Amino acid sequence: MAGCRMKLELSRVALGKGRLGVLKGLGKTGQLSLEVPGCLLHTHLGTVPHLTQDTLNTLSTLPSVTQITLSNIAEHQEVLEEFKDGFRKFAGLHDTVLYCALHDPATPCPTGHTTNKTVSVWGSGGRIELTVAKFMALQKAVKPDWYQSMADGETWQINTSHKRVRKSVDRSLAHLDECLLVHQKSQELEGVEVFGVVEGGDILEERVRSAKETAKRPVSGFCLDGLQTGSMDQALRTQLISAVTKELPEDKPRLLQGVGRPDEVLASVEAGVDLFEGFFPFEVTERGCALIFNFNISSNPELAVLEPGEDQETAGDSQHSGDLNPGDQTQMTSFEINLKDKRYQGDFRPLVEGCGCYCCTNHQRAYLHHLLVTNELLAGVLLMIHNTAHYHAFFSALRDALAEDRLDLLKRRVLGQTERKD
Amino acid sequence: MAATRACGAAANTSENIMSLKKALSVASPLTLRIVAECPVTKARACDLILPHSAVSTPVFMPVGTQGTLKGITVDQLDALGCQICLGNTYHLGHETGPDLIEKANGLHGFMNWKRNLLTDSGGFQMVSLVELSEVTEEGVKFKSPYDGKEILLTPEKSISIQNSLGSDIMMQLDDVVSSTVTGPRVEEAMHRSVRWLDRCISANKNPEKQNLFAIIQGGLNTELRKACLDEMTQRDVPGFAIGGLSGGEEKDDFWRMVTLSTDHLPREKPRYLMGVGYAVDLVVCVALGCDMFDCVFPTRTARFGSALVPWGSLQIKNKQYAKDFEPIDPDCQCPTCKRHSRAYLHALFKSDSAAMHHITIHNIAYQLNLMRSVRQSIVEGCFPEFIRTFMKRMFPSRDQYPGWAVDALASVNITLE
Repeated sequence: MAGCRMKLELSRVALGKGRLGVLKGLGKTGQLSLEVPGCLLHTHLGTVPHLTQDTLNTLSTLPSVTQITLSNIAEHQEVLEEFKDGFRKFAGLHDTVLYCALHDPATPCPTGHTTNKTVSVWGSGGRIELTVAKFMALQKAVKPDWYQSMADGETWQINTSHKRVRKSVDRSLAHLDECLLVHQKSQELEGVEVFGVVEGGDILEERVRSAKETAKRPVSGFCLDGLQTGSMDQALRTQLISAVTKELPEDKPRLLQGVGRPDEVLASVEAGVDLFEGFFPFEVTERGCALIFNFNISSNPELAVLEPGEDQETAGDSQHSGDLNPGDQTQMTSFEINLKDKRYQGDFRPLVEGCGCYCCTNHQRAYLHHLLVTNELLAGVLLMIHNTAHYHAFFSALRDALAEDRLDLLKRRVLGQTERKD
Repeated sequence: MAATRACGAAANTSENIMSLKKALSVASPLTLRIVAECPVTKARACDLILPHSAVSTPVFMPVGTQGTLKGITVDQLDALGCQICLGNTYHLGHETGPDLIEKANGLHGFMNWKRNLLTDSGGFQMVSLVELSEVTEEGVKFKSPYDGKEILLTPEKSISIQNSLGSDIMMQLDDVVSSTVTGPRVEEAMHRSVRWLDRCISANKNPEKQNLFAIIQGGLNTELRKACLDEMTQRDVPGFAIGGLSGGEEKDDFWRMVTLSTDHLPREKPRYLMGVGYAVDLVVCVALGCDMFDCVFPTRTARFGSALVPWGSLQIKNKQYAKDFEPIDPDCQCPTCKRHSRAYLHALFKSDSAAMHHITIHNIAYQLNLMRSVRQSIVEGCFPEFIRTFMKRMFPSRDQYPGWAVDALASVNITLE
């Protein structure tokens, strides 16, 4: 039997308005928990991009769950098997819950390499083909606290045929059953939780089928795949997620893969999603940008920030909102500013007034601008710190808004900034 | 004996520093207090009191050229015990002018570094980074690497920029010639450097807050070096750098110029040997009488995965470390070695730039720790033993000791068995 210590305690559930709660019983000792809606800590091989322990520790609140992916890890299988003590120890991670995903959400993979029995991941040396046997061998070597089952999610391109979508659902269910079989026989994986993966592309009936079938299996929660940013517009995504979550048990968490933009997060939470992969801060950092969008709906006038319209430095001024080119995730969104822009050369304000992160406490926009223009490594470090802090604070604000039934106000505050056009 | 004098000096040091600092801070932004002198070699251990903090010498200064130390935050640098580092923003100085830097509260404010900064003149970087540069009596003319605009760097302009940056130690603009060049150009450059030193001294707006160091030139020519030393030591500057070396010349010539220079530099002023950073070079040149060093090597080599250790270096990206679960150096106390294994770092190099930062932190820790140990041994009067132990650890056998190092150490009474 797959581990089932993970328990979702919901405090608020309102149809079409999102769920609020705590995911408990996490980790080896079952003592750790994660508030939902929440996001995981996205890493490359267990390292938050650009950050070492000291710089990571400047962040006061980090999610208790660290996400690692097989796309980074698969090529190190032999090393981990020789190491014997699992990935957590190998990476020098201490008190964190380890969740092992299949693909890195920030790195799109080439398509056309999935078969009935295999999926592929891309490591630094090229493509690595995974059968369920190899996939499970990897899980045994990694020893995560929880992992997603092997799945075929290659349905996000435009014009994926109905037949192909159906195949992805069938294959993913077959993979899940095989994984669970191996899991139940493996002593090394005792206590480890498994998430089933719901596929179905953009076809409603396939989504429902996948959800119904996956829900029949003894899994601890559900990943929603093939809905990532760029694959479809939010309206369709919301429709599909709503249909899927109707078929899923209320007391098991739902993790939406590949979605991280604040507007998409808000809509997805309303549709019933609990967890997100926290890769968006990294994407923003890689394009030399800083998150500045406002999510403060506090009624305390001292904490209220300028209304959009009053702030001259509005996000997205120098570039249209990313909606114009949904396929290109590298496009800057309206939630961020591009610090390479010359206007920041003499701007000695912090990235976000009142942010409190190490970057905003110690450095100014002009310095970040200088670092980016001179191609200095520190730019990535500082931006990653700020973007991570800002993004996680957004999730905290989201949970507060749900608790106080003020989600509409939060939406207006966050989304109001995307409507401004100059 | 000097050894007895050295004992007990350390105990009174901090009190004496404070009173000295108070007495002299108005008069001079630099005070050198010699804490111990090695009775065998020419090595000294000193307290160098600068405007932002005291610096223990011998000291290795990490290089943060663009106002940043390559992926390391100022907090991390401070935690490693760094008391002075190199910084510059010649890009800022040229491209945007002094107003911006002044608005940022100088380079200290801009990078938020609270300890000492040493800036170079911007000249060497120009010559090394840009192919076409022309030197006239006026200054150095070159093309900006950013926008191709022609820039003229004069002694006055260099000092003006460094005044705006507000560094604790500024370097004169010198006419730098590669150490492999011979002939009349070397002599011309030496004389011009003396003239430029005078222009720099005149141009310094903040002599009471910023220290201007002279740079001894003269290539590998004994006469020219001596002439330069004679001239420059007549100027009242707070410190001297030994320049024009560490550029590809033969090590046999290199050390002779270093020791010639320290022989003719005043005892009570700091000696800064520019561009020296390999562990062996550091230890030997401390024995030859140098106090301060800088080099991009430790931080640059880190980014290529090369970790410095007492017995050489580990190329972490090599296959042999894929399953090596030991830390880089089991005896090292740096954050990297306390947490991560060679195998993890090897793997991380394939996934994230943080791998470079881990090695950078380790290498800086290695360099600073080395100098701390060197200083301690001088203070305790056992520097000669330190050198012997150091060499034994670094080289597998006696016949692998570099010849130049053996000769250089012999010249200051150290025999290596």
